[in-house]
Amino acid sequence: MNASYGIKSWLFTKDHKRIALLYLATITFFFFIGGIFATLIRIELLTPKGDLVSSDTYNKLFTMHGVIMVFFFLIPSIPATLGNFFIPMMIGARDLAFPRINLLSWYLLVIGGLFAIFAMVAGGVDTGWTFYTPYSTSYSNTWVIATALGIFIAGFSSILTGLNFIVTVHTMRAPGMTWFRLPLMVWSNYATSLIQVLGTPVLAITMVLVFCERTFHIGIFDPALGGDPVLFQHLFWFYSHPAVYIMVLPGMGVISELISVYSRKAVFGYGFVAFSSVAIAVLGFLVWGHHLFVSGQSLYAGMVFSFLSYFVAIPSAIKVFNWTATLYKGSISFATPMLYAFGFIGLFTIGGLTGLFVAALGIDVHVTDTYFVIAHFHYIMVGGTLMAYLGGLHYWWPKITGRMYPEGWAKLSALIIFLGFNLTFFPQFILGYLGMPRRYHAYSDEFQVLHVLSTAGASVLAVGYLLPAIYFVWSLRYGQVAGANPWKATGLEWQTPSPPPPHNFEETPVVTHDAYDYSTTVGEVIEVG
Amino acid sequence: MASEVHVETLAVREQFDTASQQKNASTLGMWVFLITEIMFFGGMFLAYTAYRSWYPNVFGAASRTLNATIGAINTAVLLCSSYTMVLAVRAGQLGRRKTIMLFLVLTIILGFVFLGIKGYEWWEKFEEHHVPGASFHLEGTPLQGQAQLFFSLYFAMTGLHALHMVVGVGIMSYLLYQTYVGKYTAEYYTPIDVGGLYWHFVDIIWIYLFPLLYLIDRHGPKP
Amino acid sequence: MSERTEHVDSVATYTIVWVSLLIATAVTSAVAFIDLGPFSVVVALAIAVLKMLLVALFFMHVRHSTKLTRLVVMGGLMWLGILITLSMADFITRGWIGVPGK
Repeated sequence: MNASYGIKSWLFTKDHKRIALLYLATITFFFFIGGIFATLIRIELLTPKGDLVSSDTYNKLFTMHGVIMVFFFLIPSIPATLGNFFIPMMIGARDLAFPRINLLSWYLLVIGGLFAIFAMVAGGVDTGWTFYTPYSTSYSNTWVIATALGIFIAGFSSILTGLNFIVTVHTMRAPGMTWFRLPLMVWSNYATSLIQVLGTPVLAITMVLVFCERTFHIGIFDPALGGDPVLFQHLFWFYSHPAVYIMVLPGMGVISELISVYSRKAVFGYGFVAFSSVAIAVLGFLVWGHHLFVSGQSLYAGMVFSFLSYFVAIPSAIKVFNWTATLYKGSISFATPMLYAFGFIGLFTIGGLTGLFVAALGIDVHVTDTYFVIAHFHYIMVGGTLMAYLGGLHYWWPKITGRMYPEGWAKLSALIIFLGFNLTFFPQFILGYLGMPRRYHAYSDEFQVLHVLSTAGASVLAVGYLLPAIYFVWSLRYGQVAGANPWKATGLEWQTPSPPPPHNFEETPVVTHDAYDYSTTVGEVIEVG
Repeated sequence: MASEVHVETLAVREQFDTASQQKNASTLGMWVFLITEIMFFGGMFLAYTAYRSWYPNVFGAASRTLNATIGAINTAVLLCSSYTMVLAVRAGQLGRRKTIMLFLVLTIILGFVFLGIKGYEWWEKFEEHHVPGASFHLEGTPLQGQAQLFFSLYFAMTGLHALHMVVGVGIMSYLLYQTYVGKYTAEYYTPIDVGGLYWHFVDIIWIYLFPLLYLIDRHGPKP
Repeated sequence: MSERTEHVDSVATYTIVWVSLLIATAVTSAVAFIDLGPFSVVVALAIAVLKMLLVALFFMHVRHSTKLTRLVVMGGLMWLGILITLSMADFITRGWIGVPGK
């Protein structure tokens, strides 16, 4: 991977591993930008009065927090970094099928991000990350078009990444690597790619229509001309609900890897876990209308969507049960990545079960647009995706860099993140259930205690996120040299030096075993430093 | 990959083992790209279906102002271009360089003919005040907003289709140049094959746009 | 993995398909001017589907293609179906219950 040096060798690289690292740097940058907005939001909410920022500024803060975190951090997070780096290695390929398109995807994300940053610097955007019409098209006087354009461009980055993964998994598997020998990380990223390919274009056309409506007032979303703002919501959520699974499915793949490695057992019910990824991808497209229960959508459509929404619980629960069953009688090691995996299982379960609350037509009317919803999706996206992302980053860090991170600090920060996260978001469930609406910068005094708790939790969480940033950089120079396979894991990515050579393998590997074949190494406990 | 038969040509990129693996990847890649295009146009087909179901009469009246003859001629032009395209691909399969170039040139010309006719149609709309905006006016209906909605969709759909045609003509020109410099042989003509898939897909979109916009409301009740 | 698994269709095949497409265009244009009531939509779309099949099967070589390609095509069309069907479930039934005050 380090065959050549210099800025140019990075900016024109076609090596999937280097592109993954470019993504890693980019999304880390966006994560901290989004984090700054989150910090300002939480500080503002310390007191019931809107005293830090004006309501207009507050609108811009939560909008930019959402836009940056969703489109420029969560969507690319695991697929574009860990997926990009490891999917070719896991299937025994030298690279993705289309390396130049892979590089193009990264440039598109950066260009899209520049548009979003331009919009922020120029004055911000205040529509909420959902861009609901007609506010976004007829009334808002902020930088809607620049932001929409940024999302449009970043969308193509996502589409091309998905396309690349699909083609790669179909055509580039090493000899002997049959579909049912693929690591579950590959399955879940494959399912994610399906969503990216099928859903993202609809978001793209929606952004084009918003652009046209706002610029030319063509009437498509304008009730004054016979248009229908709810049509926008259909188009938007047709993408943006499945997008939740774009964010969380790769995380589930990471967790499958971690659970298996650190309990030294094959994942229980491999086939079920593999197919549940695909099932989530498919079912995820049938439920978007549950975001429209109070938007003036037909009640009958609402009933259908509510009913269908429950089905997503089935494959999700299959995964959680199978991970838990995998632990049974395993030789479990509490290495840092495993701590994140445990965190994921617990938090994802809470996030998923509260999802059933909001999928119910009746309860949703009560909690729509309250902090209950905020807490619900942060449990999935932060408690789920981000935990998995950090877990995966720790797990593969020695492979990516050839160095170990400091285990003690890593465990400490995993603990801090878990505690900080729950302190931040659990009070929000209660806030929401008591009726605190989202997107307000001032509130009644009775909510203050819970908001202060939440802000306190956010401070803890911030420390938890800063620590890994520091010790990961530290480990690049001072970390222990890791060796090819510090975890004694089975995947193909561990059968090659760390960091891997330019074409991953000296010789294309031939696969003769199923994934997670720990039968020869049962009882070997991983030494944790 | 010792067991595989290596077909080493210049065209096999380093990440692939064999030429056929590379061809499979390119073809699959284009098909997957085409389904993203289906979904991209799908958003507008949804908008059209929804509003047509809400405002059938106004949409009918607006649709009847379109020139079905010109639409039919343009459909025929596009189908001819698909015919020349597939013959170019066939020439590619057989490695006949000059034939490829002939049919690519014909395809490009037909593409321009289509765009020219489309441009004339748009100009006509402009003359008739059927372009959405302040000066929009459709005779014979009080529901100007909904009538404008039809034309908004008309322009969005045909405009986006035309944009794809322009991209297609660009791709064909690139293929023409590459053929001219002798890049393609009977063993390696994947770009022509894949470019052809794109061209035919754009054709299929028009196959739906033509009846939906021009034809199906010729006999609706007056608004 | 032999290299020459390609089917090279004859020019005659392509020509027949091309002529059929032109005839279908003429038919659909002519039928549009006959009053079939609600069936004009059905006929127009049926002819469009037929034309799409001709282009896809012959010009895009789907009839010689792998199962995977067919799956991709079917998948794409199915997802378009999901988008339109479930959204239309809302647009068609929205008027069934009156909105209070409207």
